[in-house]
Amino acid sequence: MWLDLGLIVGKIAVAFTGIITGAFVLTWAERKQSALISDRIGANRAAILGIKLLGLINSVADAMKMVFKEDFLPPKGLRFLHAMAPVFAMFPVFMTFAVLPFGPPISIGDRIVPLQILQLDIGVLYILAFGSIAVYGVMLAGWASNNKYSLIGGMRATAQMISYELIIGLSLIGPILVYGSLDPGVMATAQNEYLWGWIPKWGIIVQPIAFLLFLPAAMAETKRAPFDLPEGESEIIGFATEYSGMRWGMFFLGEFAEIVVLAAVLATVFLGSYQVPFLFDGGEMAGLAGFHFPWGAYVPLGEWVVVALRVFSFGFKVLVLMWLQMQIRWTFPRFRYDQLMRVSWREMMPIALLNIGVTALIIRLVS
Amino acid sequence: MIEVKPVRRVELSLWQKTYYPELWKGMLVTSRHFFVNLGRHVGRSLGFKTKPARVTIMYPEERRPISPRWRGRHRLMLRPDGSPRCVACMMCETACPDLCIYITAGESPDGRVEKYPVAFEIDLLRCCFCGLCVEACPEDAIRMDTGYLELASYSRAEFYVDREFLMHGSILTTHSQYAGELDGRPAHRIDLVKLARGH
Ligand code: SF4
Ligand code: SF4
Repeated sequence: MWLDLGLIVGKIAVAFTGIITGAFVLTWAERKQSALISDRIGANRAAILGIKLLGLINSVADAMKMVFKEDFLPPKGLRFLHAMAPVFAMFPVFMTFAVLPFGPPISIGDRIVPLQILQLDIGVLYILAFGSIAVYGVMLAGWASNNKYSLIGGMRATAQMISYELIIGLSLIGPILVYGSLDPGVMATAQNEYLWGWIPKWGIIVQPIAFLLFLPAAMAETKRAPFDLPEGESEIIGFATEYSGMRWGMFFLGEFAEIVVLAAVLATVFLGSYQVPFLFDGGEMAGLAGFHFPWGAYVPLGEWVVVALRVFSFGFKVLVLMWLQMQIRWTFPRFRYDQLMRVSWREMMPIALLNIGVTALIIRLVS
Repeated sequence: MIEVKPVRRVELSLWQKTYYPELWKGMLVTSRHFFVNLGRHVGRSLGFKTKPARVTIMYPEERRPISPRWRGRHRLMLRPDGSPRCVACMMCETACPDLCIYITAGESPDGRVEKYPVAFEIDLLRCCFCGLCVEACPEDAIRMDTGYLELASYSRAEFYVDREFLMHGSILTTHSQYAGELDGRPAHRIDLVKLARGH
């Protein structure tokens, strides 16, 4: 009982620190990566006792500035909702991570402990549900600000998020059909199987179109470029106009956390989760943990080494995907709003539906 | 007849219209920059002599070479005896498109010169640094310094520069310091209230 509780708290702590650290590092990476892309230097002025830590101190300075900035509420704004909106924007993001496995199940003593906070049969639905709740943050922010431009901005952002929520849902159906389960844990295990014995059965291999649809749709959901129309300051005032200081910061911390979580979802569903190709643990290979290559080679590894490698591989994939999202954000030009809607409803949606149909057909024919 | 030159729009091929491949090509470009620059930064910090990975000029420490044609802040030239070379002919005031030069002429104590500027003030906030005043001056009395680009201040009043400042580049002299020379004529000095009213 106590052990269970301790394990759960421990897992939550690990996941929470993971996301927070990720989000914090991202505020730094955003500045440094964009600088590198455009041959600049980026943040490098803030220093503590002359130590700049490659600009990391700038993030600390940013945080301090936000905390001490005036917390502004427009006259006649709705105080409670205005205060709650950033929470609504941030909280679901953290909740989403609960169903994602960040490592293989490990055995402590005689019990099997999955490295996943919540083992849920309907995990993917859970992810989608919390993804949709994030819309409330944006909408409430616009509504509670008592500013018509913010309200319109919020509505616009909501319309965008809902449109792309749809694509996310549809594009995830393909993988769900392939793995035959809604549980990310099961999906992770399933990705250690091999097509014809040598191609890893990762989501990106068996469902490439779903991946190509999910990535942009999910990026639109995080409201970042090229889909950052909620902040389209050249056309309309965004939903967060009436936010300042740490409340504003929470919106954007939430955005960064969303990048981390999105990378985790992508890794879980499409990039083999914590799996490393041809790496098996003892349970899967009758006690012979290690690399089993299709041409027969076998590199024996300790059981714990396998676990460590797998957790590391998950972290690595998440990092790479975070990098990719940043790179996309600093490469692509922003959409126009009508283009944004057209891409979602008239281009991605038919492809997503087609993908589902074809996938279902193939599965039917193969089995 | 008006001639029309039709501008041909670049037709996108089907490949380009599908958007995705071109996007990834763009990603290749930015990624190349990213990794090349990352390599250079790492190389530099390890002590290798790599090409600099940046175009940034670290401003307060490094300065960008300024073109000799740069038009910076104005300067009033002096005669060898230290009096202004300006003869208060008002040519610059007339030529100025922004009407930001204010000259009050007075009779010169020097017998060979008719007039001299009792007050010579420029509102640098209105000035567009076109250099027409310099062009207009028959005496080569007003010039624009090159190499001077830190035109920054904490108050608007400090951009309203007077004769002493223009002659010696010193900080603003107070009005009373040369009020005696004005003989009761009003100087054009605009105080902050006037500035706020939009002059
Ligand atoms: S530079 Fe141009 S705008 Fe400025 S004072 Fe001279 S003439 Fe006027
Ligand atoms: S044009 Fe030259 S001489 Fe004439 S008033 Fe201006 S600065 Fe003085």
